[in-house]
Amino acid sequence: MALLEIQNVTRRFGDFTAVDGVSIDIEAGEFFTLLGPSGCGKTTLLRMIAGFDLPDGGRIVLNGQDLADRAPEERPVRTVFQSYALFPHMTVEGNIAFPLQMAKTPAAAIPGKVAEALEDVRLTGFGKRYPHELSGGQKQRVAIGRALVTHPAVLLLDEPLAALDAKLREEMQIELINLQKEVGITFVYVTHDQTEALALSHRIAVMNNGRVEQIDEPSRIYSFPTSRFVADFIGTCNLLEGPIVANSGGIVTIDVDRLGQVRVAAPAPSAALVAGTIALRPEKIRVQAAAVPSAAADSPDNHFRGTVTEYLYLGDVTVYMVTTPEGRKLETLLANSGAGRTKFFEVGDAVELRWPAEAGHFIGRSGAGR
Amino acid sequence: MNRTARSKLGRWLVSGPPVLYLLVFFAAPALIMVLASFRTPGDFGGLAPLVEDGRLDLNLESYTRFFTESVYAQIFVKSVWYALLTTLFCLLLAYPLAALIAGSAKKHRDLLLLLVILPFWSNFLIRVYAWMIILGPNAALARTVNGVLGWFGHDPVPLLFSSFAVLVCLVYVHLPFMVLPLYANLEKHDRALLDAAQDLGAGAWQRFWRITFPLSLPGVYAGAALVFIPALGIFAIPDILGGPEDSMIGNVIKQQFLETRDWPFGSVLSIVLTVAALVLAGTAAWVGRSSLGTPSSTKAVRA
Amino acid sequence: MRRRPIGLWTAALGGYAFLYVPLLIVVVYSFNDSRLNAEWVGFTFDWYDKLFHNQDMLVAAGNSLLIGLTASAVATVLGTMAGLAMYRYQARLLSILVLAPIAIPEILMGVSLLIFFVLLNLTLGLISVALAHIAFCIGFVAIVVRSRLAGMDESLTEAARDCGASPFNAFRYITLPLIMPGVIAGALMAFTLSIDDFVITFFTAGAGTVTLPLQIYSMIKIAVTPEVNAVSTLLMLLTLALIIVASKLSPSLLGADEEKT
Repeated sequence: MALLEIQNVTRRFGDFTAVDGVSIDIEAGEFFTLLGPSGCGKTTLLRMIAGFDLPDGGRIVLNGQDLADRAPEERPVRTVFQSYALFPHMTVEGNIAFPLQMAKTPAAAIPGKVAEALEDVRLTGFGKRYPHELSGGQKQRVAIGRALVTHPAVLLLDEPLAALDAKLREEMQIELINLQKEVGITFVYVTHDQTEALALSHRIAVMNNGRVEQIDEPSRIYSFPTSRFVADFIGTCNLLEGPIVANSGGIVTIDVDRLGQVRVAAPAPSAALVAGTIALRPEKIRVQAAAVPSAAADSPDNHFRGTVTEYLYLGDVTVYMVTTPEGRKLETLLANSGAGRTKFFEVGDAVELRWPAEAGHFIGRSGAGR
Repeated sequence: MNRTARSKLGRWLVSGPPVLYLLVFFAAPALIMVLASFRTPGDFGGLAPLVEDGRLDLNLESYTRFFTESVYAQIFVKSVWYALLTTLFCLLLAYPLAALIAGSAKKHRDLLLLLVILPFWSNFLIRVYAWMIILGPNAALARTVNGVLGWFGHDPVPLLFSSFAVLVCLVYVHLPFMVLPLYANLEKHDRALLDAAQDLGAGAWQRFWRITFPLSLPGVYAGAALVFIPALGIFAIPDILGGPEDSMIGNVIKQQFLETRDWPFGSVLSIVLTVAALVLAGTAAWVGRSSLGTPSSTKAVRA
Repeated sequence: MRRRPIGLWTAALGGYAFLYVPLLIVVVYSFNDSRLNAEWVGFTFDWYDKLFHNQDMLVAAGNSLLIGLTASAVATVLGTMAGLAMYRYQARLLSILVLAPIAIPEILMGVSLLIFFVLLNLTLGLISVALAHIAFCIGFVAIVVRSRLAGMDESLTEAARDCGASPFNAFRYITLPLIMPGVIAGALMAFTLSIDDFVITFFTAGAGTVTLPLQIYSMIKIAVTPEVNAVSTLLMLLTLALIIVASKLSPSLLGADEEKT
């Protein structure tokens, strides 16, 4: 039985359905992320787990018990707020001690637990400071310390790193991963930043318009998106769509407009499917100068010719937009790993693109994939 | 108890006591006063018993009296007139003050505002008394004025116990109420609008009359309501500073309740005053809501 | 800072002068060695001396203080509850009940309470005045508290609940300490309003009870002596001190926006 079961939960605000029949099982000790664009319902769902909002339909079950209409203070769930919500009139110690006082912990035991929490978030020695004397990152850690000090069953984090600058965010991400491993508490994390989600999570639930599109490990979400939305939302993706012209031996061939026939490995797709999309990540496409003699024409790999029309230099990698003679644009990615070289191609270069059938990921017309 | 019931209980516990207190000590007396307006005066003043010989003693005598004896309507009209004049003069005096504060540097504003408010927080009677001194027959002002009038062969004019004294004091007492809403409004004006107007060739008066003033109207209405309504019901100022001709409706009400002791009639007068106050408050609120709360550039451009 | 037209400066300064000169005259003449408030004769503390030996005045001051403390205490408690309810629950009925006493002319409350107390056979005296004062002070406290609440970060109350605090505890340990400056400001304001009130007290005090404003009134009507100036000056100083303290605690008293805590 999963630690936290969200069973067919729905929440409506007037005509607007914020959460639409969502079911998710979260295991104990997981770092689970709700990922999606603004308005997809992830924060609403989080607030319902915390108890600040009640579902219109469905149940939220923790450790086998229906949380039902229990008030936030009655749930063994703690939240780290986006604005940190540190009590300005209390010191760091005061803030962290507060949940212990509310839980009627004996006064003698409190200082010890507070010290422990401060150690966990690496803020020992900051106990007597006030929130307004702390930096953003430090406030963040106090908020986490306060949330963890009573060892809740689940820790909810609502886009906690959104207000930090890029460098600090990266540091905090690593700290969060280590912290979660150390304390072993289940984290439910909400973010709209897909790189963050990929980096932090054991599993991700991608949400859109109140529904869950896919729940999976980060690498599988990235490589095997089950819907166009997920493919497009996570990283960048070339989406090659068209009618199915052949389907046998584990290979589906799709006729893509302005490109040609593209083969993709897809074990046992339903014979009823008539069309589909191939999700092709840019880094999976091999780009060579057209002058290089190409491999044997009957190789099972996909290969096409094109011209470099734009490029985007990103420091560690360069994105090259390649356009086929018929006008189709494909995005490719090359690491700038050549010693001394900063660029492989110029605008106008003729290139050959090739990738094996296994490099792409097949998504059937209705979104059902592998 | 489930959560919705618990939060409802919490809501009642918090809003209950003040609601209860005000129902008992504000709403109930108001209703009783309405009822009293239909009753008969007691033999020794106050109210006659509600139930006389087993019958409910209610009548419209007091109302009839108000609508037939014209003197009361006249006094009411005079009160309205005084209140109107007060509002007007308050506006004229308050506008420069509010404009000055609104245009000042941020760090000065709090102090300047405080200086406007402080007199308001001094005792009301003291403020009235101060004018008694200033307008007193032996004080410098009266002697100067009468001296000047004497040159022209005019009889001395008493400054005290006159309409002039009443009006001056009415304006004095209510001035802060006009300054505050005006300031709150003017403070939000976009300086850029005036700069643009100047750039387009508008002179100082033009800029004020065609841009600043129209945009400040919501503040003007709010201030007018805050001045007019209390001024309408004032009695202490005419009582202390006014002559026999200066009675306002407040004075008559006081007289009816404490001297003549015709409580039903006093109640009628109070109700007329209340109705007038409510109508004006309602109008001010409606006008204030229909014109923009914050100044917008389009409105200024169209003006 | 742009140069403002000379006309505006003059008019504004005139406005300030208009506001303060009368009060200054009262203060100055309280030290005037002359019975008439007409022209300056010489400096003296006599009037203050007479004041402190004036039995009626001392009794009136004592009454005002007693009523002021009682009324402001009760009004602060009820007003804070009202402000909280108005902010959290947007209670319509409560808002109207709380704000109406402030919006209507005072005399209406005075006379309606007179009828009310008499019909209840309640002897007019200190208690009736205190009850009346509480009624109109609640509104002022509520406004200040509500404004203070609006400036407070909502997520703090949620965080408190999240940490295991019941709604009551969240209020007690988090909300209340943070709005306390506003509560105190409201209390000081209520006290000042009560001490200074004339109209409502006039109708609800009955024959035997005198407060400071009522005493001043009778002195003005019957026999004006500079003792009135003296007591006025003292009263002004007291009010000044209270309001300055209150406005430091809660800038909203000046119509300024509350800072977000």
